[in-house]
Amino acid sequence: MTDLTSLTLAEARDGLATKSFTAIELTDAHLAAIERARVLNAYVQETPERARAMAREADARIAAGAGGPLNGIPLGVKDLFATEGTRTTACSQILDDFKPPYESTVTSRLWRDGAVMLGKLNNDEFAMGSSNETSHFGPVLNPWRRQGSDAKLVPGGSSGGSASAVAAGLCLGATATDTGGSIRQPAAFTGTVGIKPTYGRCSRWGIVAFASSLDQAGPIARTVRDTAILLRSMAGHDPKDTTSVDRDVPDYEAAVGKSVKGMKIGLPREYRLEGMPAEIERLWTQGAEWLKAAGAELVEVSLPHTKYALPAYYIVAPAEASSNLARYDGVRYGARAEGRNIVEMYENTRAKGFGAEVRRRIMIGTYVLSAGYYDAYYLRAQKVRTLIKKDFEDCYAAGVDAILTPATPTAAFGIGEKAGSDPIEMYLNDVFTVTANMAGLPGIAVPAGRDAHGLPLGLQLIGRPFDEETLLSLGEIVEQAAGHFTPEVWW
Amino acid sequence: MSVDAATVRRIGHLARIAISDAEVPALQVELNAILAFVEQLQELNVDGVEPMTSVMPMTMKKRADVVSDGDIADKIIANAPVTDDHFFLVPKVVE
Repeated sequence: MTDLTSLTLAEARDGLATKSFTAIELTDAHLAAIERARVLNAYVQETPERARAMAREADARIAAGAGGPLNGIPLGVKDLFATEGTRTTACSQILDDFKPPYESTVTSRLWRDGAVMLGKLNNDEFAMGSSNETSHFGPVLNPWRRQGSDAKLVPGGSSGGSASAVAAGLCLGATATDTGGSIRQPAAFTGTVGIKPTYGRCSRWGIVAFASSLDQAGPIARTVRDTAILLRSMAGHDPKDTTSVDRDVPDYEAAVGKSVKGMKIGLPREYRLEGMPAEIERLWTQGAEWLKAAGAELVEVSLPHTKYALPAYYIVAPAEASSNLARYDGVRYGARAEGRNIVEMYENTRAKGFGAEVRRRIMIGTYVLSAGYYDAYYLRAQKVRTLIKKDFEDCYAAGVDAILTPATPTAAFGIGEKAGSDPIEMYLNDVFTVTANMAGLPGIAVPAGRDAHGLPLGLQLIGRPFDEETLLSLGEIVEQAAGHFTPEVWW
Repeated sequence: MSVDAATVRRIGHLARIAISDAEVPALQVELNAILAFVEQLQELNVDGVEPMTSVMPMTMKKRADVVSDGDIADKIIANAPVTDDHFFLVPKVVE
């Protein structure tokens, strides 16, 4: 039998349907792979018993001729998603041993469709980070290494555990979230595919909140088709999230393989950063050529407010985070540190429970929302957000179907390499991805090439609101041309 | 704009995060680095621009004003660090 962990999600689905193997065999193969790969630190909690129980139920459904679109498919879940009865921490010490008495809407849809939960995946604490180094459970290792080197590399973040697990064959797909690039940047760093859908496409209910106007859930998987299959199950209206959109969920998989002939693809000149590495520039040109060869028309476009997206993000996101994270007070859940009075108890609890990056962002957010600074910072950033969105709207109104950009300014970097005193250096990782969050637009990252050291590099496509399908069609063209990316097993 | 040491302490208190004297200088440098980075927004003219409050234009749905759940006190206090019966316990607030 072929190694069941090297199948794509679509292949595993088809193999289950033709009874080439059982769901329990598929799950056991993944549980064994997870055990062998503990050095990667991708999972913060393995749930083998629950996984086997779910797999057996899936097998029973297959025997009965029933089962949803994800029946028997083993998945990993980012620790930001509340899972009923299973510890959910957002990889923060402050949530301690929190066991939600409820299930997030997105994960409950996956289980509804028959998927199997293998465990909870590592992420940057409260999804604040671009390298998975801020997790209370320690950093995740990228399964990719530079050729001829055993230096440890980051998998990107904040969905670093999701990306690492998918790349290393520790699940067939994973849930992730993206506030400024947290699905697309780690996907690019690990040679996997990640799609952040349009804001409102997936329910945020039961996902630990970071910045509510930017957060959006999406899948990371090994192929464009696999992300399409997962997204169809994850998306949809939820009365418990008033920002989730009440519109039909299309059959995303049908968009994979569709012709892109005649589509107009914008290449935004503002993404051509000064000092951009030549290999990123080449990757971008190569991607454009592939799309052109498939019949698309390439046009240069302008998104004039691009350079303001990242600074505006670093006002909006911390402001919303400072408000969302006010709930962690050591009273209703999580760990408490004692104090002589209630204020001191709050202050000690939060000083001890939050890591350095989270404390820093809460403080920035508190400052920009404080009396006398609100207009100068927060209100101005909200206005800039309107301008950023208008740039895209103008572009799409001129007939552009999607925008092609690099996904990240570099390939994966080393653990500890950007842990210096200047937080901006880390923030710049999201320079190409953050615009889609600010404008609420869908974005997909697809592996497209390698850097000089053999590390994967990704391209990003940004689409019109609720037009994930076009991104999937275009993404598959890039994927077909670039081929698949599988790291060599060293763990 | 930049923050001084006293402001760092004040923000810490507003955010209910205890900050030791030893932490203040490093925090001050980090916060000022971020504030210097976002300073470039000041060069934009935003006169007459509407602030974005909802990234996807939509009318917020309203649910019926009825009780849809309840009687789950056990679940609500299940994760609390200190409880008594169905109450959260906190240090004494009123002398």
